Amino acid sequence: MTDTLASKYQLVIQDVHKSYGEKKVLEDIDLTVRSGEFCTVVGPSGCGKSTLLRLILGQEDVSSGFIYIDGKPVGLPSTDRGIVYQRYSLFPHLSVLDNVILGQTLRIAPWSARSKRKAFVDEAMVYLERMRLAEHSHKLPSELSGGMQQRVAIAQALIAKPKILMMDEPFGALDPETREEMQIFILELWDASRFTVFFVTHDLEEALFLGSRIFVLSQFYTDQRGNGQQIRRGAKIVADHHLPKTPLSAETKRAPHFLDLMESIRRDGFNPAHLQHVDDFNLRHPDSFRTLSPGEGDSQSDRMPQLWDKSQ
Amino acid sequence: MRKKPALWGLHASPPGLLKYVLAALPFLVVVLVYLIASDLRHDVNHADKLLPGFGQMLDSLKDLALVPDQRTGKILLLADTLASLKRLLIGVVLASVFGLFLGVNMGLLPGFRALQLSFVTFFSMIPPLAILPILFISFGVGELAKIVLIFIGVFPVIARDIYLASTQVPREQVVKALTLGATQLGVIYRVVLPQILPRLLDTVRLALGPAWLFLIASEAIAATNGLGYRIFLVRRYLAMDIILPYVLWITFIGFSMDWLLRRYMRWRYPWYERGGN
Repeated sequence: MTDTLASKYQLVIQDVHKSYGEKKVLEDIDLTVRSGEFCTVVGPSGCGKSTLLRLILGQEDVSSGFIYIDGKPVGLPSTDRGIVYQRYSLFPHLSVLDNVILGQTLRIAPWSARSKRKAFVDEAMVYLERMRLAEHSHKLPSELSGGMQQRVAIAQALIAKPKILMMDEPFGALDPETREEMQIFILELWDASRFTVFFVTHDLEEALFLGSRIFVLSQFYTDQRGNGQQIRRGAKIVADHHLPKTPLSAETKRAPHFLDLMESIRRDGFNPAHLQHVDDFNLRHPDSFRTLSPGEGDSQSDRMPQLWDKSQ
Repeated sequence: MRKKPALWGLHASPPGLLKYVLAALPFLVVVLVYLIASDLRHDVNHADKLLPGFGQMLDSLKDLALVPDQRTGKILLLADTLASLKRLLIGVVLASVFGLFLGVNMGLLPGFRALQLSFVTFFSMIPPLAILPILFISFGVGELAKIVLIFIGVFPVIARDIYLASTQVPREQVVKALTLGATQLGVIYRVVLPQILPRLLDTVRLALGPAWLFLIASEAIAATNGLGYRIFLVRRYLAMDIILPYVLWITFIGFSMDWLLRRYMRWRYPWYERGGN
């Protein structure tokens, strides 16, 4: 199955578990992402969204399971995955321009960097102009506002032409107004070049507004194992929706269908008192797939021997 | 609104001129107390050597700073200063370079850290002056032993501080550099190291104090020139009129180095603030 999945999708995550010691964080995550999709991952705090991102990025290892990008298992962080963090994305000792050309200079030997610099700068200025930052190119990151810093970080990541742009709460530290500006800004960029985005946020409205597809990750669900406190459950994907991209406007956030979807996701993913059964998850997205292990889901697999280990 | 007090309390904000007056005050008090004490002693014994007056000190300093020595034909203050500075600078620069490389590699490479950290920590606890005899026995009484003493005294502190600074570089930056195409060595030497350099200068500023201590100790024991040598030489004649100006001169050199380093840092690394990111 993996072969066909890998050829069809840019990102495939299969049976991924992650735990820190006794604490299960992620439990049996399955998902696939098509090239050019803007997928957002949303969930209550502590559900492991950022952990999932770090697993894909290669910053941490999975406890078990597989992650493929373009059919190849992911390794340590490399140029096929770009990253924009909430903080520390920029190098404080380099000017805006040097931050943006850093990717190109790091790829060649230090002694040849000088002669190539002109070409790098030209390319970087094109990106900085798109980010509306050209006149700030010689400033230090600390001299820029939060929104501008994140625009530099996006330019820095995009110029390295990653297969997937990963973003971990990139607008989380910005004030609401700048945040909305940045949301529209990233959507414009994405509309123009349709790169694949994997965007993690705790802000449901942001996730719905930005995504062409939304994953809801949550630890609030139930399954065949019952409901007792003693059952340690890691977060799963409890909903997976296709989001129609309407004309770009912040007005979208007040449309009735937008609010309805927000309400339903809030109930299914964010309410600790509302425990949905694994069999009832809304995974009707055409690219959605899931393999359940015994004890988790439908009663059929329950009859399988308890020691059955699907990784074998 | 209530006016802020000029001098007293948590909210004091001394105006510009007052700040300078306050800064000068302790110096003036010390000088004044010294002059009074010196005067009192000279009243009793006008040949007192213990607390020479300023005139006496200036005369002796003139001999040392302007008149070539009869035996060697050199100006002693200049010769001593150059000899001492040479030892100090070679020792401190070597310690900085080694400390920087050791520290940054320990900070970023877990394998290297496992190999080196306990050893460096242990090594740094050896009191350098306690092994001074060993150094003199093994490296002779020439320049080498003195430089090695400064190196041994200063280098573990620098290595440990740089190690701490490297571990404080956010993990995100390392990952980010890798996603931009950096090699592992590139991360260490082209991303982290340039950020650590101002911290190195900061550490060197702090380490200069101990470096002078080791320099003077080694010159006091076995040397034929140098600022520390001169002080311990003339001690035999109770020549406070030479010792005191020499101490002030050393202090002045140390202060200037510190000031120059600070200036350089501010000019070269405007993005750097101690502890900030």
